[in-house]
Amino acid sequence: MNEAAPATHRRVRLGVHLSLAGLFGTIVVGGWILVALAAPALAQHGEAQIVSGTVFGPMSRRFPLGTDYLGRDVLSLILYGARYTIGLALAATALAALCGITLGTLAAASGGAFDGVLSRSMDTLISLPGLMFALVMVAALGASVPVLVGTAAVIYTPGAFRIARSVAVDINAMEFVLVARARGEKTHTIMIEEILPNMVLPVLTDFGLRFVFIVLLLSSLSFLGLGIQPPAADWGSLVRENIQGLGYGAPAVIMPAVAIATLTIGVNLMIDGFGGRRRRLFADER
Amino acid sequence: MNAEAAVQVADLRVTAPGLTGGQVMVVDAVSFAIGRGEVAALIGESGSGKTTIALSLMGYARGGCRISAATLRVGGTDVLGLSRRALARFRGRHVCYIAQSAAAAFNPARRIMAQVIEGALIHGLMKREAAEAKAITLFRALQLPEPERIGSRFPHQVSGGQLQRLLAAMALITDPELLILDEPTTALDVTTQIEVLRAFKRVVRERRVTALYVSHDLAVVAQIADHIIVLRNGRMQEEAATARLLAAPAHEYTASLLAAAEPALRAAPAQTARPLLEIAGIVAGYGRPGNSGLPPVPVLHGIDLAIRPGSAFGVVGESGCGKSTLARVVAGLLPPARGMIRLEGETLAGAAASRTREQLRRIQIVFQMPDTALNPARTVARIIARPLVFYHGLSGAAARQRSAELLELVHLPPSLVARYPGELSGGQKQRVNLARALAAEPSLVLCDEVTSALDTVVGAAILDLLTELREKLGLSYLFISHDLATVRALCDEVMVLYAGRSVERGSRDTLLRRPLHPYSDLLLSSVPELRPGWLETAPSAPAGIGRVVGMLDGCPFFPRCGARISDLCAQEKPPLRHLAKGAEIACHRTEEQLLSLQPDTGAAKLLPLATASTS
Ligand SMILES: Nc1ncnc2c1ncn2[C@@H]1O[C@H](COP(=O)(O)OP(=O)(O)OP(=O)(O)O)[C@@H](O)[C@H]1O
Ligand code: SF4
Ligand SMILES: [Mg+2]
Repeated sequence: MNEAAPATHRRVRLGVHLSLAGLFGTIVVGGWILVALAAPALAQHGEAQIVSGTVFGPMSRRFPLGTDYLGRDVLSLILYGARYTIGLALAATALAALCGITLGTLAAASGGAFDGVLSRSMDTLISLPGLMFALVMVAALGASVPVLVGTAAVIYTPGAFRIARSVAVDINAMEFVLVARARGEKTHTIMIEEILPNMVLPVLTDFGLRFVFIVLLLSSLSFLGLGIQPPAADWGSLVRENIQGLGYGAPAVIMPAVAIATLTIGVNLMIDGFGGRRRRLFADER
Repeated sequence: MNAEAAVQVADLRVTAPGLTGGQVMVVDAVSFAIGRGEVAALIGESGSGKTTIALSLMGYARGGCRISAATLRVGGTDVLGLSRRALARFRGRHVCYIAQSAAAAFNPARRIMAQVIEGALIHGLMKREAAEAKAITLFRALQLPEPERIGSRFPHQVSGGQLQRLLAAMALITDPELLILDEPTTALDVTTQIEVLRAFKRVVRERRVTALYVSHDLAVVAQIADHIIVLRNGRMQEEAATARLLAAPAHEYTASLLAAAEPALRAAPAQTARPLLEIAGIVAGYGRPGNSGLPPVPVLHGIDLAIRPGSAFGVVGESGCGKSTLARVVAGLLPPARGMIRLEGETLAGAAASRTREQLRRIQIVFQMPDTALNPARTVARIIARPLVFYHGLSGAAARQRSAELLELVHLPPSLVARYPGELSGGQKQRVNLARALAAEPSLVLCDEVTSALDTVVGAAILDLLTELREKLGLSYLFISHDLATVRALCDEVMVLYAGRSVERGSRDTLLRRPLHPYSDLLLSSVPELRPGWLETAPSAPAGIGRVVGMLDGCPFFPRCGARISDLCAQEKPPLRHLAKGAEIACHRTEEQLLSLQPDTGAAKLLPLATASTS
């Protein structure tokens, strides 16, 4: 029959088109992740090792990014700090995304009262000021890694829930989901088989954004002294510890801030590179 | 080549990157010319390159595609020689494009007038007042209601047919050298299509617009085009003046297109057993039911029907009349507020969740849009395997073997199992869709517009498949379509639905015989015919959506009915009449009155088909 051979050009191509900026972002983020993984091998000095008599030392051959307020090597500190900043944020993002996506998809697939109650409670949660909530939590429970990750996850779950739910509601109205419903499939099967696999792209984009927010939140907490506790130090704590160096223009305070900026901007560029390319010029092209 | 021509294309080629590297020819060596003020039509199935050619006239290539041509001139401009910026100025100024979905082309948040004149303002062609005055002239030429005021409405405040005409006004405001119409009426009901086509034709003739009309529907094209170019797989098959092409197609492919435009009747087995499915007094709608138990958006108002085993029951009506709602009710996706559904004497629960698995298995649903009916993230193998596991507990090798059998049943090669839906053509998707339904081994298949999104030829093949499956497997169908010709081609019995009420019900042959319910008559005579000049003689009734909100006392068709009896029809529920031809209609007019009122168009034209089927 005539329909037997689909014209090849009508096939969907999954090849990813990255813009230049997106490519740049991906390289930056990839670089930071490698750094975090390989920190002990890359760093010349230990995390808590005082290696120089000069505090707030300038950039030099021995200390490429200078020394900090105790005379430690800033480059090594940043390399180690990447592990905390990226690792914690990644864990918190994954947790928030997991909760948000599961609940959001469940809400969309169940509909009715369940959806209503869940959406309302998430709305309540989202109206709490994030940083304030975090301060209260840390004050009450102490600044341990699980508390930090859990708090950040709680703060960003409602956002992930909203996005996941709205994407899932759209998919839920598609005919293949109706077919599954008419077949008699249970809600969880519909969720896992039909809805979730089609949410990957929009949800990944959201994942990236949420990661950026969490990096900034955790950095703010550290800057306030309520984040990761010494001697471990993430980039936020490095900025705080070296804040006196600002007067001398010490790289010790500037460089961790630059690190935070490159990571968050890199993630942003990467997301835009992936997501922005998917619009079609003619919405009803056949 | 004609030096006067507004559009000159010679040896146009468009290549796209192939899947395995290399290049694929999407359009191959296409040459044609369109004279000033002429309308040319590009006709072919989807995937034949129609839209690609149309877009290349604007210098636009879809992602990764490359255009080359010996000549590609529009109104004296060499399109391929334009720089990016010049191209941007050229589009919207010298070439305008009208797409199938007007709704997608309008911004819902802005008033219509602002959007219509935007092109003229952007290109600095005229002042706002002049542009608005011109827009109003165009609205009038396009026979839009209230031309002075319609511009101040928002897009959602006008009907689909009106929006399509407003899109034409938007395109014509800059007096482009070429107007491209890409399937502009495909998404419309037949009754609306007539109005839109008339308006297009008039404005094109009056203003001597050069136009390229892209469509898969020969009958529509026959009404408006001066000459027709037939395409297949990116190559030109034939080009000829409209009348000649229709009367004497030179190419056999054109002949097959002509044949598919008038679907042949599929034989129906005679059955007299007790009904497989019976529904009675169904009232259904959307929204949370109120105190009375009735939904706030009522759609169906008391529907009765019975489907005998092995037969096909057709439901026709305009968009929004409640056809899909009916299918959803039967499938258990939308529990009805009133009424009962019985499958082989067993009463079914309203909600799918409360039905037994065996009951669910016996009714399967196949949807309209092949694109959204299959999960894009799952392979064909997995899509078909799911009902096999769910209903029959088949897995592993047994499931694979059964899948292969099912694919064979719907005439698909077994190699397709590894593909994703995005890698299939529309017709193939619809076959996979059917295979999934058949995997359950149902007795009743609900077909909701299964051929509407397909081209005529592909759609005809699906109809053949349905007929074949019915004979082989003894299936019954509830076949829903807005296209009377399709319903008649397949179904033994037909119900005409208007505003959620059945206005006529009878065997398919009764639809050929007068008198008809006035609405059936309008529907029938609105189906475009394959002869130039049909448009001028076609009926004109005020278009309207076939949906009336809320319950009403009189006849729902009253506002549009040519045969209405003023007060009676508006105030009293029309009685059911049994006509001599064997059908049942709901109308105040008596059989004799209707007979004398109905002109010879409409039903009469379908008679040759009937004789063809009996011979
Ligand atoms: N989920 C919904 N909520 C509210 N109203 C709805 C919903 N779905 C459909 N409707 C309305 O119900 C009416 C009937 O819709 P339905 O889909 O049954 O029409 P249809 O005859 O199948 O039309 P088409 O030919 O366009 O598919 C329409 O007016 C539509 O706007
Ligand atoms: S009842 Fe009256 S308005 Fe309705 S179809 Fe019959 S004649 Fe027309
Ligand atoms: Mg429908």
